[in-house]
Amino acid sequence: MSVPPLKAYEPIVGPQVIGELYLLAEKTKRWSVQNINSTAVGGGVAEILNRMIPFLQELGINAKWDVIKGGEKFFKVTKKFHNALHGRVEEIGPDDFSVFDETSEMNNKNMELTADIMFIHDPQPIALINQKDSKRAKWIWRCHIDVSNPDERVWNFLRPFIDRYDAAVFSAPALSQPLPLRQFLISPSIDPLSDKNKDLPDEMIRNVLERFAIDPEKPMVTQISRFDYLKDPLGVIDAFEIVQHHLDCQLVLAGGEATDDPESTEVLDKVRERAASNPDVHVLAIPSGSDLEINALQRASAVIVQKSIKEGFGLTVSEALWKAKPVVASAVGGITLQIAHKYSGLLCHSVEGAAHAIKQLLQNPEYATKLGQNGHEHIKQSFLLTRHLRDYLLLFLSLFYDGDVITL
Amino acid sequence: MEQIPMPSPEHPEFNGPFRFHTRLHLRELTGLKAGNLEELLACIKTVPGSVIYHHTHHFLQQHQYLSPEPPNDFAYWVSEALNEVKLGEKLVSINTCEYPTIRALRDKIVNTIEHYLEKSKGKLKEASEGQEFYFVKSVSFVLPTPDQASSLEEFASVLRKITIDSIYFHMFEARLRLEKGTNDFSLWLDTSLGEKELAKKIARLDPYTYTMERLREKLIQLIENRLRSVRAAS
Repeated sequence: MSVPPLKAYEPIVGPQVIGELYLLAEKTKRWSVQNINSTAVGGGVAEILNRMIPFLQELGINAKWDVIKGGEKFFKVTKKFHNALHGRVEEIGPDDFSVFDETSEMNNKNMELTADIMFIHDPQPIALINQKDSKRAKWIWRCHIDVSNPDERVWNFLRPFIDRYDAAVFSAPALSQPLPLRQFLISPSIDPLSDKNKDLPDEMIRNVLERFAIDPEKPMVTQISRFDYLKDPLGVIDAFEIVQHHLDCQLVLAGGEATDDPESTEVLDKVRERAASNPDVHVLAIPSGSDLEINALQRASAVIVQKSIKEGFGLTVSEALWKAKPVVASAVGGITLQIAHKYSGLLCHSVEGAAHAIKQLLQNPEYATKLGQNGHEHIKQSFLLTRHLRDYLLLFLSLFYDGDVITL
Repeated sequence: MEQIPMPSPEHPEFNGPFRFHTRLHLRELTGLKAGNLEELLACIKTVPGSVIYHHTHHFLQQHQYLSPEPPNDFAYWVSEALNEVKLGEKLVSINTCEYPTIRALRDKIVNTIEHYLEKSKGKLKEASEGQEFYFVKSVSFVLPTPDQASSLEEFASVLRKITIDSIYFHMFEARLRLEKGTNDFSLWLDTSLGEKELAKKIARLDPYTYTMERLREKLIQLIENRLRSVRAAS
């Protein structure tokens, strides 16, 4: 994946914002930074690091990225840990903890940790902190997942590692836990120049609609998300059908196909069964990585919905708002950071609430446009990767300075 | 006819160019949260000033395109999460400009909530799950930009191009958080260029009722008006 140079973002965020990054980098580049996670490809963390490392290097910072090693058993255990931290019930036994410890020890022996700032992502490499005493580095644990309601066994196992870090970073307050160390709040971000978010020619949008047999003339309500009970696709259909009593419109539920996830297949089957009797509901299971198609569907929509029951950060909301679309979304997880109710979108708590909000937006295009425009500005201000990069530079600085007002 | 001095380094009181700074902030979690008004009040009384500053100003900057008068976080949460609309309105209408320090602003917020609680005596409304108020503090990093101005013309020219963060720092943070009494622009225009009237006009603005871009325009407009009158007089 090629990453555009920072200069390419100037027309979007303004030259001053890029200039500020260089000013900050001047103050930061005396320290080297080593990022460590568990995979070089796939998943949100790798996606972020794939962009961040070239940007940090472009700013003159000695940044590198290494990946821990682990066998199939280790990654099975960490997957269970991941689910358990999210509050899911998992069968976890003493063997699982032993597997984690053994692989961690092997990585501690074999990995060369040389930087001034060790930036450790998520629980898999967390035990590298065991090298803290022998290195004069500052250690950051970046938690990308929701640990607000974790399985206590896993959380208590990880706590002695976490507590030794100098700082932790969470994506939203609602996803964090009280800890005896400084905790910073850094939201994830979207890349306005990626295939998922860049401007598209009208012709390409029309072609995508045609390919999926979607009527380009009928107002389109869309939810983009994987087929998962927590995204409540059935609730979206219920809300849409309430709206349909009053308005002629169509619903698109689009998400990646996950053939290796039995639950996703089960949810998709149920959604298809539920939608079968309604010709205005389009259920699209599209291959993962169909970023241009997702972009086109979002841009063709009159209203975008994210009616999740539980959500991590919910970056699909930022993607929709970046396209200046009016959004109706549940007030859960990081969504409340992205939408200020009635300012940059509408928040809802139920099927009826979602239906009411969708109706309001479809019937009042001027209001919908205003919310969409506000939403676009909000994303530009707070959720683009230039802000994310700036926060990382500030985070590095915060490790070496005390006080709430720091004059550099 | 009034002798109008040219606002430039030749002015006898000139004590150096205005060096534009910018302020960038990082949000730090405090681990404190509130689910009802009493919990909110208890935390507001005890949290560091940087937390009060964050919740009364970040909305302004983060939603700086909204106008007029975006609410502070406390007002927004009380109205939207607790549905205490009357108190929300009272908190929105606290005129931040009137308070010279964060301490004074905190006292006003505390008094407003206490007064409401005494009067209402009703059962406390609880925020629904996930809607709690999380107390966050703002860690500010102040750093100089390459921009500076020695005359009114240069000052207006830099104002056109600096970031909103820079305007924000000199207009809001310098006055309230660094307790300088007035904003940095007025201070320099008055003491360095002898532009007392212009300084007063800028100090009199209620910056909280402008979007940041509108505030930029207003500042430039005031300076240009002054430059026109200087040119006309000379």
